[in-house]
Order: sequence, then structure tokens, then C-alpha cells
Amino acid sequence: MQTLLLIIRREYLSRVTRRSFILGTLLTPLAFAALIAIVGVIFQYENDQTKRIAILDEGDVLKGAIKDENNLYFSFEEGPLDTLRKNLPDTDYDALLYLPAIKDLMSNRLRVYYYSDDQPTPDVELMLRDRISDAVRDYKIDALEIERRQLEALDTRIELEPEPLTDKGADATRFTSAIAAALGLGMGFIMYMTVFIYGVMVMRSVMEEKTSRIVEVMISSVKPFQLMLGKIVGVGAVGLTQVAVWAILIPLLAGLAQLIFGIDPSNNPMLDSQAGDFNPDDTQAMISMAMAEVASVNWWMVLPLFILYFLGGFFIYSSLFAAVGSAIGDDTGEGQALTIPITIPVILALYIMIAVIQAPNSSLATWSSIFPLFSPIVMPARLAFGPPTWEIIVSLLVMIGFSLFLIWFAGRIYRVGILMYGKRASFKEIAKWLFVRE
Amino acid sequence: MHPVLRLEQVVKTYGTHRAVDEVSFGVPPATLFGLLGPNGAGKTSLIRIITAITRADSGHVYLNGDRLAGRHPQSIGYMPEERGLYKRMKVFEHLMYLARLKGLSKSFAEEQINHWMDKFDIQDWCTKKVEELSKGMQQKIQFIATVMHKPKLLILDEPFSGLDPINTNLIKDEIHQLKEEGTSIIFSTHRMEQVEAICEHIVLINQGRNILEGRLNDIKDTFKDNLYEVIFKGSLPPGLRDQFRVTEQTDHRVVVQLQDEKHSGNLLQFLVNNQVQVRSFQEILPTLNDIFIKQVEASNTTLPEEMKV
Repeated sequence: MQTLLLIIRREYLSRVTRRSFILGTLLTPLAFAALIAIVGVIFQYENDQTKRIAILDEGDVLKGAIKDENNLYFSFEEGPLDTLRKNLPDTDYDALLYLPAIKDLMSNRLRVYYYSDDQPTPDVELMLRDRISDAVRDYKIDALEIERRQLEALDTRIELEPEPLTDKGADATRFTSAIAAALGLGMGFIMYMTVFIYGVMVMRSVMEEKTSRIVEVMISSVKPFQLMLGKIVGVGAVGLTQVAVWAILIPLLAGLAQLIFGIDPSNNPMLDSQAGDFNPDDTQAMISMAMAEVASVNWWMVLPLFILYFLGGFFIYSSLFAAVGSAIGDDTGEGQALTIPITIPVILALYIMIAVIQAPNSSLATWSSIFPLFSPIVMPARLAFGPPTWEIIVSLLVMIGFSLFLIWFAGRIYRVGILMYGKRASFKEIAKWLFVRE
Repeated sequence: MHPVLRLEQVVKTYGTHRAVDEVSFGVPPATLFGLLGPNGAGKTSLIRIITAITRADSGHVYLNGDRLAGRHPQSIGYMPEERGLYKRMKVFEHLMYLARLKGLSKSFAEEQINHWMDKFDIQDWCTKKVEELSKGMQQKIQFIATVMHKPKLLILDEPFSGLDPINTNLIKDEIHQLKEEGTSIIFSTHRMEQVEAICEHIVLINQGRNILEGRLNDIKDTFKDNLYEVIFKGSLPPGLRDQFRVTEQTDHRVVVQLQDEKHSGNLLQFLVNNQVQVRSFQEILPTLNDIFIKQVEASNTTLPEEMKV
């Protein structure tokens, strides 16, 4: 036990004190914050090109409906179109907007002409279409003598509100599944990344010990199993440290960046298109509801479970990586073939996880969160949806049992593999190692 | 005094290959012991059994009279042929880590490390990283790591490979001193001249079997051909070839093979009686290299039953 602790300590400290680790751990959140700041600045960047646009409005539709904004200046002109077009180069106008009189009120199409030497930029085009559409709508409402409130009543927005059958059931709001999906996707991805990063870290470290021949020296003092377990636990602790630092720093710095460089949601075209149907008050309400939903997730249950699945997934995959690392030996290039059987389930698990988020209660979801090679990535993604308790318990038990089995299994391969030099072992040979007596 | 290490009928099989085949021998206390054998003879397999890295399929290993059970890093110091260090660790940290893994207390380990660093005059390496050291420097660190816990039995697998002559002598001196202090040292090597210069006792392993074992002097005695070399001035008497078998002759040197060593006086007397000016008279003992090659070749061609000497 004393020996194991010594090994864990060295494996942990030798990595955590390495400059590349400290830089990577601290710079990643900074990079996130910088990204957010830069994105903020980019989206704040508006059209700074001044354009003067002449408007020929034959039907008097636009009067009062279009105003100067964002370096766009409008003025109404009178006269025949041809003359205006011909004279435009001599004036200080950049473009001529021609809106023909509306002849057929019942037509839902209207062609407007933009005469200029250059194309309207997308933001100008968007803005013009938007303003003209609103103005034409108002014009038609007046012309057709429609009651405005009646018209608005036609636009019915449907909100599907999930309600439990019994009073005891969990109440969900219409944001529950969207928020859960986002959280699940995030968690699933973090699991996928960390399992890969730290699993490969274990493998490389095993290979390094083998190529540098330190392993022979170590093995005369400690048991191979202790060395392997110490390494896995040590690297796992490094992973937890890094994830914990990120979990604190990324939201903190991202929040800070947002405060300083401020992304105004109304400036964000992505948010704009989603929120297009809502008025600003609605958007505000939606955000606060979403926040409430995030807060209502049972974090006291989700976070510890997340850590458990992290550890389980890490132990399962890193012990496999350790076994492979011990079998690869000196030539790193050729040995990559041995890692393929490990990477396939990880990648499969990622795709299953993405599918499961669409249908968190499907049979695929149930089975893949019990199958221990997938469950560490799939189950965390489902946690925010509140899967049945029995499924969590079964999945945890299977995962813990399987990771214990795999550590034992990897230990059998490792103890033989680390003392073999020269060519990499074939799968057949590795299978034999399992049954070799010590 | 019972031997520090004793092996009885030790067998180890890998698949169908018998790496160690009923090997028995003993290592007396405070002895320099040579474990010899060609490459692939089973030396490393044997050492791994002694250090309890692997377990023998059958047979027994006794350490200080007790049956070997599990690891005992405190009583054995093992320097493997394939040896390395963690490149990114600092020298002192590294030695401390290895010492603690062997079960040494922090204070004792520190004392020992400082003692050896002083001895080799390398105190200023303490805060250097291993990767900054040359290969020879790293070998010194490895040697310290092997001996700092004062083991009763030291196993050195090709200890001088990669060392320059100065460092080789330095390590040799330390080995002799450790022997004086009562440590038994097993040398595993295929470099005969080193064994000849250092070891008192040897065991020769070939194809997993113990084909020759004993005190170096006794073995040389057993395998000698009773050859005597005479270096002289002037000329040899014509009757020499009638009475003795001459195997080599040059201007002032002649090699004579006698029936047995008791007849060496007769030869000398003959030379003196015939007024030969003898400048030197010396028995030619076989080199270990000769014995080694002869024995290995013999054991490779003969049947297993005849292999034992």
C-alpha cells in the first residue's frame, strides 16, 4: 500500500509540475475567454461604410417607415425612373431604390429594384427587405381595411407544455428537454475527450518506461501490478485536476470576457434567427426560464455520478491502453494497430451518445448505458434527462465490476508485456500472456 | 556458513522452451560470483527467478537459508542489463524515489544518497535532471540505486557495458570494497576476461543448464592441459624432443606438454642438467574463454546426460 501510494504520488506530481501541463491547464480557459471576447468583438463589428440611397416610392408606401440607420442615409426623390437612373452618377447617392406602386393588393409578391454599381451587401439587403416588408404589410392592412388585432390573432404560437400524470411526477417545463440535451451533449463530449486524452497519456507513459528501460529497475522493487495501478490512478488524478480547474476557470473567464466585451444577444445573428418570432421581452423570459431549468437539474446527484462515470470510463479505457502500451514496446509506429480495437468502442460510444440525446428513453439508450464500454460516455449524457434509478444502479454496478475485471485483465498482460523487448506482440501472443504463470 | 543464495533444481518453462532447466548452485557469503553463459543461455531468466520477478515452475530458491517467498527488494540489489532512469526526474528525487520503493525510511535514504554522492564526488548533480547526464553518469546513478540499501546480495547484469575504463575501475573498486564488507556479488556476463579478473567462483549456464560450477582456480586446474612454457637463452638440447612432447617452439620459447603436473620437476631438471639458460618457467593455465568455448561446444553437441561435469 505504501509502495502504491509512492508510485501514485510520483506519477501525479511528475505530471502536474510539468510546465506543459500547467500552461495547458491555465491557457485553455484563457483561450476560451479570448475566443469569446474575439467573437464578441467580431459581432459588434457593424457596417462602417456610409451609403446614401435615393428612394423612388411610387405608391407612397415607405413614407415614415424607413429611417436613417447604421450609416445608411435615405432620401425620397420624385420624378421619372429613367431620369433618376441616368442622373444618379452625378449625384452623391450610391444607389437608387425603386418601389413600384402596388397594383394588386392580394399578391404576396412584390419586386423592388436596387440600382447601383455594386451589389447591396447582405446586411444592407436584409435590412432593406425587412423594413420594406413591414411597411408593405402596414400599407396593405390599411388598404384592405383589416382589423389589426384580428390579423395578429391568426398567428398562433404553440407551446407544448409537458405535465406529469400524477401530482407526484416531476414537472417539466417546455425547456427541460432542450436544456437536458445541451447539458448531456456537453457532458458526453467531456467524457469522450478526457477518456481519450488521459487513456493515451497512460499508454504513452507505459511505452516510455519500457523504451527507457526504467521498468526493469522498477520491477525489481515493486510488483508490475502495483506499477500499473499506480500509474493509472496517478494519471486519473491528473485528469480530475485538469477537468476541475477547467470546470471552474472556463465559466469564470468566459463570464468575465462576456462582461467586458459584452455580446449583446440582439446583435448575434444566430440568436436573432432563433428569437426572431419573439419580442425582446419574450427573449428575456426565455433566458430566465432556461436558467431556472439549469438550476433545477439535480446537480447534487448529477455531479457525483458524473465523477463516478469519469472514473469508471477512465479505469476501463486506461487499463486497456496500459495493456496495449506494454505490448507495443519499442517501435511506436507499428504498434498503433493495437490501439484500433480500443478506439473503435470510444468512437461508437460517441455516436450512440449523440443518437441517445434525441431519444433518451429508447431501448438503444437503455442498453448502451448498461454496456460498460459505452456507458461511461452515454450515461452522463442522459443524466440531465433523469433516467430511471434502476438503470443508473445497474449501469454503475456493471461498470464498476467491468473496470475491476479489466484492471486485473490488463495487469496480466502488462506484467509479461513490459519485460518483452523487440518486436511488438501479436494478439495471439497477448492472449497467451493472460495464462502465463508468474 | 550456509550460502547466501542457493538454488535447487530450478526449472522455468516459457511455452515449449525450457529457459531454465534443473539448475542448482550456491553462492557463498562475501564472494564475487560469476554467472556465465552465451547470449540466450537463460541468465536473465535465472536472475528474474532469484529476484522474484518471475516464479520458478519447480525447484527451490533459498536466500540466507530461507525459502524465497515473494519479493525481498531489501536484501537484493539488482542492476539489470537493460537499465534506465526516468529522464525528467532530478537525480536526488529519483534516488529517493527508488530508495523509498525499496522500503527505506526517508532519513536513512537521504543519508545513504549523500554518502554515495560524496563518494563519487557528484554532489552537484543532485538538482540536475537525469536527461542532462551523460550515459556514464547515469550508470553511476544506477549503481548507487542498486547498492544504497546495503543489500546482502548484489546482482549485476553486464555492469560494465557502456562504461569507460576510468568508471569501470571506479565501479570495480566499489565492488571489491562491498565484498570486503561481506556482500556477495553475482556478475552476469558473457565477457570472460572480466570474470577472470574479478570472480572467485563461477557457474556456467548453457541452454538453461548448469554445465560447469566451482571455484575459478579449481576449474582451471581441472581443465589444464599440463602445458609449460620455457623461455630460454642459447639453444635447446637435441634430446628434448625425445623425452618430452613439444607443442610449440620459436627462437627462445618452447611449450611442452607433460603427462601430469608432477612431472614439471623432471622437465626443469632436464633443462638444468643440459645447461639451458632458463629465463622463465611457467605453467600455462587455460583461459576461461577457452574453457567456456570448449564446454559450450561440448554441451551443444553431446547428449543431455553427458552434459553434467
